[in-house]
Amino acid sequence: MSDLLIELFSEEIPARMQKRASEDLKKMMTDGLVEAGLTYASAGAFATPRRLALSVEGLLDASPTTVEERKGPRVDAPEKAIEGFLRGAGVTKDDLEIRDEKKGQVYFAKITKPGRPAAEIVAEVLEATVRNFPWPKSMRWGAGSLKWVRPLHAITCILTKEDGAEVVPLEIDGITAGNTVWGHRFMSQGSFKVTGFEDYASKLKKNFVILDPEERAEHIWHDATNQAFAQGLEVVEDKGLLSEVAGLVEWPVVLMGNIDDAFLGLPPEVLQTSMKEHQKFFSVRNPKTGRIEKFVTVANRETADNGATILAGNQKVLAARLSDAKFFWENDVRMVERDGMEVLSAPLAHVTFHNKLGSQAARIGRIAKLAGEIAPILGADVEEAVLAAKVAKADLSSEMVYEFPELQGIMGRYYAKKAGLSDAVADACRDHYSPLGPSDDVPTEPVSVAVALADKLDTLSGFWAIDEKPTGSKDPFALRRAALGVIRLLITNDVRLNLDRFIDAQLLRQKIAVADENDGVIDTLKEIIDEIAEHGVFGAAFEAIADRLSDDEKDAVKHAAGDVPDTSDDLLSFFHDRLKVFLRDEGIRHDVIDACLAMAGSDDITLLVKRARALQAMLDTEDGTNLIQGFKRANNILTQAEEKDGVEYSFGPDLKFAETDEEKALFAALDGAEAKIKPAMAEEDFTAAMEAMAEMRPAVDAFFEAVQVNAENDIVRRNRLNLLGRIRDICLSVADLTKVES
Amino acid sequence: MSDMSQTVEKPRSFQEIILRLQAYWAGKGCAVLQPYDMEVGAGTFHPATTLRSLGSTPWAAAYVQPSRRPTDGRYGENPNRLQHYYQYQVLIKPSPPDLQDLYLGSLKAIGIDTDLHDIRFVEDDWESPTLGAWGLGWEVWCDGMEVSQFTYFQQVGGHDCHPVSGELTYGLERLAMYVLGIDHVMDMPFNDPQAPIALKYGDVFQQTEEEYSRHNFDVANTEKLLSDFENAEKECHAILDQEHIDPKTGKRIIMAHPAYDQCIKASHIFNLLDARGVISVTERQAYIGRVRTLAKACADAFVLTTAGGYTPEAAE
Repeated sequence: MSDLLIELFSEEIPARMQKRASEDLKKMMTDGLVEAGLTYASAGAFATPRRLALSVEGLLDASPTTVEERKGPRVDAPEKAIEGFLRGAGVTKDDLEIRDEKKGQVYFAKITKPGRPAAEIVAEVLEATVRNFPWPKSMRWGAGSLKWVRPLHAITCILTKEDGAEVVPLEIDGITAGNTVWGHRFMSQGSFKVTGFEDYASKLKKNFVILDPEERAEHIWHDATNQAFAQGLEVVEDKGLLSEVAGLVEWPVVLMGNIDDAFLGLPPEVLQTSMKEHQKFFSVRNPKTGRIEKFVTVANRETADNGATILAGNQKVLAARLSDAKFFWENDVRMVERDGMEVLSAPLAHVTFHNKLGSQAARIGRIAKLAGEIAPILGADVEEAVLAAKVAKADLSSEMVYEFPELQGIMGRYYAKKAGLSDAVADACRDHYSPLGPSDDVPTEPVSVAVALADKLDTLSGFWAIDEKPTGSKDPFALRRAALGVIRLLITNDVRLNLDRFIDAQLLRQKIAVADENDGVIDTLKEIIDEIAEHGVFGAAFEAIADRLSDDEKDAVKHAAGDVPDTSDDLLSFFHDRLKVFLRDEGIRHDVIDACLAMAGSDDITLLVKRARALQAMLDTEDGTNLIQGFKRANNILTQAEEKDGVEYSFGPDLKFAETDEEKALFAALDGAEAKIKPAMAEEDFTAAMEAMAEMRPAVDAFFEAVQVNAENDIVRRNRLNLLGRIRDICLSVADLTKVES
Repeated sequence: MSDMSQTVEKPRSFQEIILRLQAYWAGKGCAVLQPYDMEVGAGTFHPATTLRSLGSTPWAAAYVQPSRRPTDGRYGENPNRLQHYYQYQVLIKPSPPDLQDLYLGSLKAIGIDTDLHDIRFVEDDWESPTLGAWGLGWEVWCDGMEVSQFTYFQQVGGHDCHPVSGELTYGLERLAMYVLGIDHVMDMPFNDPQAPIALKYGDVFQQTEEEYSRHNFDVANTEKLLSDFENAEKECHAILDQEHIDPKTGKRIIMAHPAYDQCIKASHIFNLLDARGVISVTERQAYIGRVRTLAKACADAFVLTTAGGYTPEAAE
């Protein structure tokens, strides 16, 4: 057995690529070794800014010799065929064995592949790994043609046995593998030789390199929290930043520094963002006040002055950065305090949202209208919702958000408060972008919910109106995320709202935005929007005013907005697709959702989900599954009979024609179920309705067990078919069970 | 603070830092060139970088390049921002294996003691959409401050770089302010502060920053600029459209450099138009694309010249 040590020593590897690279190195090497017959006991990979390292323990010294038996031609085959076989197998005729097979005597060859020494295999696999390494971005350097993430300087590759270590002979584009390792760029006294992984890791440490990124991260976090704790403070946790910083240093030295008093009045998010984005500093918070008071930076070395120079430099850089931030903040605040949010929102008239959809200001106008329409449904104050929508994106023109786009919304909340607006409006500025990711919190304050819904519905209807829908993996405007946001906002807040109507109205607003003012159609379209509030959808609203329009006006409307119903349907089905994806995680099957989509009110997402959840819950019970079988059986028999007889068996069956007990029992069960289902459905208590439906199962099963539907007597037969018709009607009143897959 | 480990004396002025960089890179074998005599946005635009990074002919040059970014004008009031500033540029082709060490040596030469400071190479990939160029490298941090760009050119003017050039760009004002411990650029000693006539950076540039800020933001004639842009673009193509054989001398003379001058001109005019705020977001991309087309055409022409690696034998 041997142990293998590999180090690939290069110029600084981007922090974000290190973890993946060490995993790739491990996988590519161990896969290649195993494929060549070299099994091993364990392997571990590591990365620092300047090196990728791999340790493989318990590696076979050589791949095992393998013997392969190959069946050849028959002994009496033509000479040429036998010669060809010998060539292919690499053996002579004397090596062949003759065996009796059914078809006669056949040649067999035994091909022995001798094992190969580990070093030979390692060299091959490592060369292939280096040449085909999947860096997200790689480069050439100097006059060479090798590609690596940054110039590759040295390769260490040694196999260690009990009797010593040997360098694996290997050369890649002029880089010869050796056993020499370099320590820290500045602190180490030069290079040193290593004999194996333990020797390597411990000598690296003596030369100021902590090999394991986890160890560096732990060290940083431990030191940072300790230093903060000693002063009664706490480090703001940021795992992404921690792992990035651990990838920027080989010898982490934690230094805690001060933020000048002049900057402590800045919002904590501004301090945190500026320090993290520009300087990769951790924020240090006073737990009593919640304010960010200090920072932690991680240097890559110790110095004779214990980091004093480094810390002073970092503080200076931070002060310059924060002076900028403070300048922006004070300018923005001065303006909104004097002139209100209008001073920030006005310039958005000159900012293009999308060249086909007009300016940000125009878009905000549409969102405000929609927010005002949605507000009453949510119990939000209409005026507040409209105001909130009008100012929610004002911060986009602030200097602070120009500098730090990730602070959009957060700054809006501060500025709205400085402008003297209510908490509900200010919070909506911050929260209307939410939810962004699937784990993002969903706003619950009515004003925020109104603006959040209006914002997303406007984005969706806008891009649908100009036919810029997501395709395949391409979704540049994050429309899937917007649709999921709408779904989560509606479900989480239990909002009952018919999307159809709002989509139609908003599509019309998009049409107005892109319409030519000279067409004279805009006023008519506005009238239709008003009518939609009364009539629910575009088509009905259009009919309602059609009498008042001249033929030319009608044509103009049809030309400008005739496609609204189709576009609206398409957008609604996009919502339904997103809903299927969303509910899949809950264990609700897509066919269950399809069964519910067929019911009225499928543009009411909350209602739809309620129905789907109840149906899925019923299907998860034994009664439920069997009832579906019963329903399908009834439906099949009915369909066949209806086709044959050319009638629909939906006429009420009569108890007096019932002959058997099972038949009579089914009458009773259906009566009982219907009595429960009707009021339950009226109250949208789908669970109760589904339970009542599932309760019919024993009677339905017993009926099919004992009763021949297609009886001799035609009256009895028709009565039984009508009885099945009742089963169908009752079931379909709850959900379209024909859509449910068995 | 311990100065015991200092091996190099601290420079005392902006110009001393420049002079030390010149001496250092001259000592490392670079041809010390002079600034290009046109308005450029960055040292990379100097043909000694853009064009000379193309083709197989080895190259090593270092120079100061005055650079202009009209949108960064702050009337001389911002401590760190200027519309006219200096870059120090080094380009070596092929990039030597010890380029990082050479670079660190240059920091020591200007008085940065690497035993006391924290020098880091932080990922920063460079891309110039106007030059059709990109490379991989880092921004170099000294105690958390970016003091240089370090790039291995992979592509310039749409051409793959073979061999690869190593490019170093120092933002001289920022670097000098850090080394000299100055907080506002205008307060920085330009020449020796002990000189009989000691000049600060502000004595040299405060007034011009004000003048150019006003001019760039409010006065530059946009109609003239727009037509200048068109003319430069046309001229660039017209130069490149000429026969390779000069009818007068009978020599093969491809005018890559004169054409590239027009590309530089177009690029600067675009920057001025941008500062005047007359270019919309959509138009912006279109203008950048037009400058890139010029840069690519010039690169295509340069690789057909001797300096670009052309040999009559290779052409046959």
